[in-house]
Amino acid sequence: MGLDPVVLFFLLGVAARLLRSDLRLPEAMYEGLSIFLLLAIGLKGGVELARQPLADILPQAGAVVVLGLVLPLLAFPVLKYIGRLDHYNAAAIAAHYGSVSMVTFAVALAFLVDRAIAHEPYLPLFVVLLEVPGIIVGILIARLGGGVRRIAWKSLAHEVLFGRSILLLAGGLLIGWIAGPDALAPQAQLFFDLFKGVLALFMLEMGIVAAGRIRQLRRTGPFLIAFGTLMPMVFALIGGLTGRLIGLSVGGTMLLATLAASASYIAAPAAMRIAVPQANPALSLAAVLGVTFPFNVVLGVSLYYWLALRIHGL
Amino acid sequence: MTTYPRKLVVIITEGALEAILARELMALGAHGYTIADVRGRGSHGAREAAWEADRNIRFEVICDEAVAEKIASTLREKYYDDYAMTLFVADIGVLRPQKF
Repeated sequence: MGLDPVVLFFLLGVAARLLRSDLRLPEAMYEGLSIFLLLAIGLKGGVELARQPLADILPQAGAVVVLGLVLPLLAFPVLKYIGRLDHYNAAAIAAHYGSVSMVTFAVALAFLVDRAIAHEPYLPLFVVLLEVPGIIVGILIARLGGGVRRIAWKSLAHEVLFGRSILLLAGGLLIGWIAGPDALAPQAQLFFDLFKGVLALFMLEMGIVAAGRIRQLRRTGPFLIAFGTLMPMVFALIGGLTGRLIGLSVGGTMLLATLAASASYIAAPAAMRIAVPQANPALSLAAVLGVTFPFNVVLGVSLYYWLALRIHGL
Repeated sequence: MTTYPRKLVVIITEGALEAILARELMALGAHGYTIADVRGRGSHGAREAAWEADRNIRFEVICDEAVAEKIASTLREKYYDDYAMTLFVADIGVLRPQKF
């Protein structure tokens, strides 16, 4: 099977940037596309949530939150003791890797849909659940380092919980859940049929953004490159095993592995700038956007599918 | 044309600080502010406003000298160490002194 067109769009964006093309999606369009993607993913998950007994999902949801709390705790010592980063940078980067990337999830979802691989359709709920715990753990670790001034938890919680991504994902889930599949049928053309096209456009912009970070890697050194590729693979294994443990199908296991492997580049950077200002955002963004995001969308997604098959003994 | 002397305080900084600085400026005695999204390059590298975490903003505040002093010293103490921030002050003339 050839490369997914979505990945090719991403590579086009990377090429555009490296060739110093003036191509750039207008900011309003980037924001519009991301609003569309968040809503579409939320709606799709919500429609399916309406068909599931909630009692079955709750224990799974609990396990997923625990996963989100554990991942940054594993990343932190690697960053601090092997990478020899200072306490604040290690904590901030751990928070990025504990949280998740909605777009990476969207690419994995498109991978499964293209191949007609079955998966638990309510997985978008897990995106919502995984976004926040990693960020909180990262902030708490940073505070152990001392020297962090009093954190305005209230305004930080407001920013993280009512930021665009959680609001739209959770809002989409709720709308889908309340309205149900029949009432949403008239909207299906916009939100479901056009999903892949919009994702392709968005990936074009992501290619431009990611390539912009590649140059910084020369200054940050080889550790972050190694970390940005190896840590996601370890996390994917942990996420995949968790998926198996809570009884997900192969497709669901792959999605949870991808979520565990992905790193946040929207919610986490914003929260870290406020809560851990001593950390240098150039380091975390070089790792997350320059290494991990491209790695996950180009190679990781197929790798995690293979991993999910192995975990299920197939 | 009669104008009245005031200070124009301009702050160029990270988008992440928008809500915090807006509160801070009002608390320091500013009567208002204007915010614009901007792009540029400086000691923290290029800021291209390509996505959320890459935004830079410019605050403009018109105020009297005392408030301008307070803003400058407070921001220097609280934010200069950890954030990309440039602040400068210009002498300007306004037409309606009661507004600022």
